[in-house]
Amino acid sequence: MILEVNELRSGYGRIPILMGATLNVAEGEFLGILGHNGMGKTTLMKTLMGHLPATGGTVNFAGQDVTNLKPHQRSGVGLGLVPQGRQIFADLTVHENLRMGMAGQSNEDPAFMDDVISLFPRLQRLMDRRGGALSGGEQQLLALARCLCSRPKLMLLDEPTEGIQPSILEEIVETLLVLQSRGLSLILVEQNLEFIGALSSRVLTIQKGVIAGEMSPQDLKNPDVVAQFVGMTAE
Amino acid sequence: MDIAIIVGLDIISGIASLLLISAGLAVIFGMMKIINLAHGEFLMLGAYTTVLSVSAGVNIWLAMLVISPVVVGLFGVIVERCLIQFLYGRLVDTMLATWGLSLVIVGATTMIFGNTIVGVASPLGGFSVGQYQTSLYTPFLAVMAILLMVLIWAVMRFTRAGLIARAVMQNPEMAATLGVNPAKVYMATFGAGAAISGLAGGLLAPVAGIVPTMGAAYIAKAFITVVGGGTSILWGLISASGLFGFINQIAAFLTTPVFGEVILFISAVILIRLLPLGISGKFFKGRL
Repeated sequence: MILEVNELRSGYGRIPILMGATLNVAEGEFLGILGHNGMGKTTLMKTLMGHLPATGGTVNFAGQDVTNLKPHQRSGVGLGLVPQGRQIFADLTVHENLRMGMAGQSNEDPAFMDDVISLFPRLQRLMDRRGGALSGGEQQLLALARCLCSRPKLMLLDEPTEGIQPSILEEIVETLLVLQSRGLSLILVEQNLEFIGALSSRVLTIQKGVIAGEMSPQDLKNPDVVAQFVGMTAE
Repeated sequence: MDIAIIVGLDIISGIASLLLISAGLAVIFGMMKIINLAHGEFLMLGAYTTVLSVSAGVNIWLAMLVISPVVVGLFGVIVERCLIQFLYGRLVDTMLATWGLSLVIVGATTMIFGNTIVGVASPLGGFSVGQYQTSLYTPFLAVMAILLMVLIWAVMRFTRAGLIARAVMQNPEMAATLGVNPAKVYMATFGAGAAISGLAGGLLAPVAGIVPTMGAAYIAKAFITVVGGGTSILWGLISASGLFGFINQIAAFLTTPVFGEVILFISAVILIRLLPLGISGKFFKGRL
């Protein structure tokens, strides 16, 4: 297991959101987590990355207890987060955003960056553009590429489909499958059933801050099963 | 004609000294969104460092350009570690704490050096414009102000540290996600801001009356320049210094130096009423 999360609790101030989430990710696995708004998806991602302190439970990553590490330390041991809303540095160029992906390393490695960029043909001609001038889909590709530049072993994806045009969505699916085939482990939290079904080998559902159940990607095509697990209708 | 040249030199000198006394504060405010009210005392420490170094026999250029920034920069790092780091994100608390710090520094300096004016001779001679006599040190200060701006720009634009600083300035949480330790960046920034203040204090030593309380004369001007300029470090600083320096010197020429300062502060109040986010909040959005 590359990631073992046990009874993880956290929240904002005194308001608890995660009520004891338990989950595991195997090396090279693509795990989907499905849930409604307000069920704790983003809170789970932020707590795994260390932006929110855990108020209970443990997080083990690559054989190391990271429960109390700061975000930059977690990045250092191989956790990468592509956050909700993408969080592109709007006033930096695309190239500078990618260089920031390497900011935690002692040296920048242009060869490695070229390797990453080759996965994102659409970004190649945008290198000198301001990050803020990109479309939502282009920003999402940039956020993925920037995260890859930090050489993660496990990548956390927080609702990457939010506000993305369908043409780029397909590109993202293809790119993520290539990354998985190269051995990267991924966790994807989503409410887009089609997207999560196309990528995940296993899908967990999150409800009211706990992992409520497990489904196979096939189950996502069955509206009744989905409704039962997430209280969500597949339109 | 001669009088025009002299007034022009005065304006340049006014703008240059505003740039110099405000730059350190602007770097810290722009990067960390906190106001260091001990900024005037950082300038004072820079000036004292130069005076003490020169009286110990050190070359004045070495004292102003190297020793003052290094000493005050290290002092800034210590202040950040012992005080500021606990107050990030709390603007008012930081102002209160740094104001308290300024009182401590003034008190300690007075105890050690006494409440007497010290000084250091200007290293450059004078020159005459027609019947007027003026100091070569004025154009020298202007050149130093320009060099300082170019240096800050080049570091921010071309170095890896500058890139990381710009990213942290925009989104510290995302920078941390990518492996940057924001605490380290803030420490370095505060140290750099303090070093710039030390440099400014050293450069002003030959033209200022150096007393432990001299910081008070600078903090108000530096404060309005930085707030008037907004959070864009370079463009805010340059535009606000240019505007306020020009207004101050013209008003001083037409009336008296004291009244010039009054008009400077009135125009700052009006500017901030019209542009609450400062000049760069309106015209140089997103620029350095």
